[in-house]
Amino acid sequence: MAIKQITVFLENRAGRLLEITQLLADNKIDLRALNIAETTDYGLLRIIADDTEKALTVLKENGAIATTTDVLAVAVPNVSGGLNTLLRVLANANVDVSYMYSIFGHADENAYMILQLAEADEVVALLQKNDIIVATEEKLGIN
Amino acid sequence: MAERYYQKDMECASREEMVALQNERLVAQVKHVWDNVPYYRKKMEEKGVTPDDIKGIEDLHKLPFLTKDDLREAYPYGLLAKPLADCVRIQSTSGTTGKRVVAFYTQHDVDLWEDCCARAIVAAGGTNEDVCQVAYGYGLFTGGPGMNGGSHKVGCLTLPMSSGNTDRQLQFMTDLGATIICCTPSYAEYLAESIHERGLRDQIKLKAGIFGAEAWSEEMRHDIEAQLGLKAYDIYGLTETSGPGVAFECSEQTGMHINEDHFIAEIIDPDTLEVLPEGSQGELVFTSITKEAFPLLRYRTKDITVLSREKCSCGRTLVKMHKPMGRSDDMLIVKGVNVFPSQIEAVLLENGYPANYQIVVDRVNHSDTIEVLVEMTPEIFSDSLGHITEMEKELVSALKAMLGIYAKVRLVEPKSIARSEGKAVRVIDKRKI
Ligand SMILES: [Zn+2]
Repeated sequence: MAIKQITVFLENRAGRLLEITQLLADNKIDLRALNIAETTDYGLLRIIADDTEKALTVLKENGAIATTTDVLAVAVPNVSGGLNTLLRVLANANVDVSYMYSIFGHADENAYMILQLAEADEVVALLQKNDIIVATEEKLGIN
Repeated sequence: MAERYYQKDMECASREEMVALQNERLVAQVKHVWDNVPYYRKKMEEKGVTPDDIKGIEDLHKLPFLTKDDLREAYPYGLLAKPLADCVRIQSTSGTTGKRVVAFYTQHDVDLWEDCCARAIVAAGGTNEDVCQVAYGYGLFTGGPGMNGGSHKVGCLTLPMSSGNTDRQLQFMTDLGATIICCTPSYAEYLAESIHERGLRDQIKLKAGIFGAEAWSEEMRHDIEAQLGLKAYDIYGLTETSGPGVAFECSEQTGMHINEDHFIAEIIDPDTLEVLPEGSQGELVFTSITKEAFPLLRYRTKDITVLSREKCSCGRTLVKMHKPMGRSDDMLIVKGVNVFPSQIEAVLLENGYPANYQIVVDRVNHSDTIEVLVEMTPEIFSDSLGHITEMEKELVSALKAMLGIYAKVRLVEPKSIARSEGKAVRVIDKRKI
């Protein structure tokens, strides 16, 4: 159920993010989600692209440092408190979430969150047992 | 096994004997250059010194310094102290940073130089039972000819391989059972890799390696020793002073014994040019007291090191020089501390970073700052900010341990470090801009 996220090393300098997103756009790569974690000197750009392999190739060919990580895309009902249900299930099971961010737009009536956590397989089973949808790459339109 | 020496009377002489010998040889050498080298005589006259002022090594400081610039200016014959008819050989520097330096040798000079190299080979355990593979370049470069001559003197079966052609090196090494290898440390690493790739490890009989002519770290030593199953000895020399064998390492591996019966070593402050007390770190200066054709008085090597007269377990009484920490040209003074790019490079390599870096020194609020830019690589990159921050912290502590001061580390993208004419700019000192 895991989907591939690409992490790119980003030097903190004006216009560097634009260079990366422009490069992806020029190669007709669409982004499903984007997040930046940063320190004072550099950042980690995390993206979900519609074509992971192509995005990775394009980035590396252009001298960027990039790596892939398995993450989960989890449905959150588009209602007030929708996220709490998910977080409560994870907290009760003592699951440690490294980071999370949201996916652009909606594949259905739900919003989707990207989650990075250890022991993803067990967590997928736990979520499904609690009727929480874990989206596949197809559902999100990822090749 | 008892320690063996090539010339025990010199290598183990008492300090009194050695000083007496140096006094006598220095006085004669000063007179020799005064009488035979107008370039030198002029320099001495400019400083108001005559041979009568030099009664022994305590007067050495009165003599003018000689630098590489002098050697270039006097090229080719300006420092020659013997008629060409008495000279039998030249050797030369690579000339990569300007005009070549050519050094001349009489037969006697060659003989003494080869003695120095023989001392190094014996200190590394060499005897006439050994097969010594000399994989330094032969030709104008001093490495091959020097070690070749030393190997002959010891009575080793000498394999005059010269550098390169790794397949042939390995064939002779295995077929003839080489027990000693002489080459640059980087070539030793390359040979070790090739031996591993070809699965030849169990056919290698090497017990000692004598490596010099370039800077190398303790880590590289351990690496080469482990991979080739030998003991790795350092050797030091300069074309200007003769070649390899000016100083050599013994089994203690804690510095190189300087052949003081041929070379007087001094440590000076590269800025004030004052002679520094024993044990100080500074620029190494050599005076060759036995060279006939190309004697150098107070030649500034630009190498920064420390001399030590601590008793050595090998029994040699010759003063030891620490492996050079860097070049005085490259030395930075940050917060009053001497910093060499080579030290930073060593720390980066030890910690798995590429040697592509840039040092930015600045002065903020009257206080020096030093920042090391390091290029991120795919090998060290990961999705975890915590992991990268942790690695950064480890690098900062390793730098602090090496330099004694805090240096900020900044991770940058690959190929972002400015290059000029293909060569990376290693140091940007904004205090001077
Ligand atoms: Zn010793």
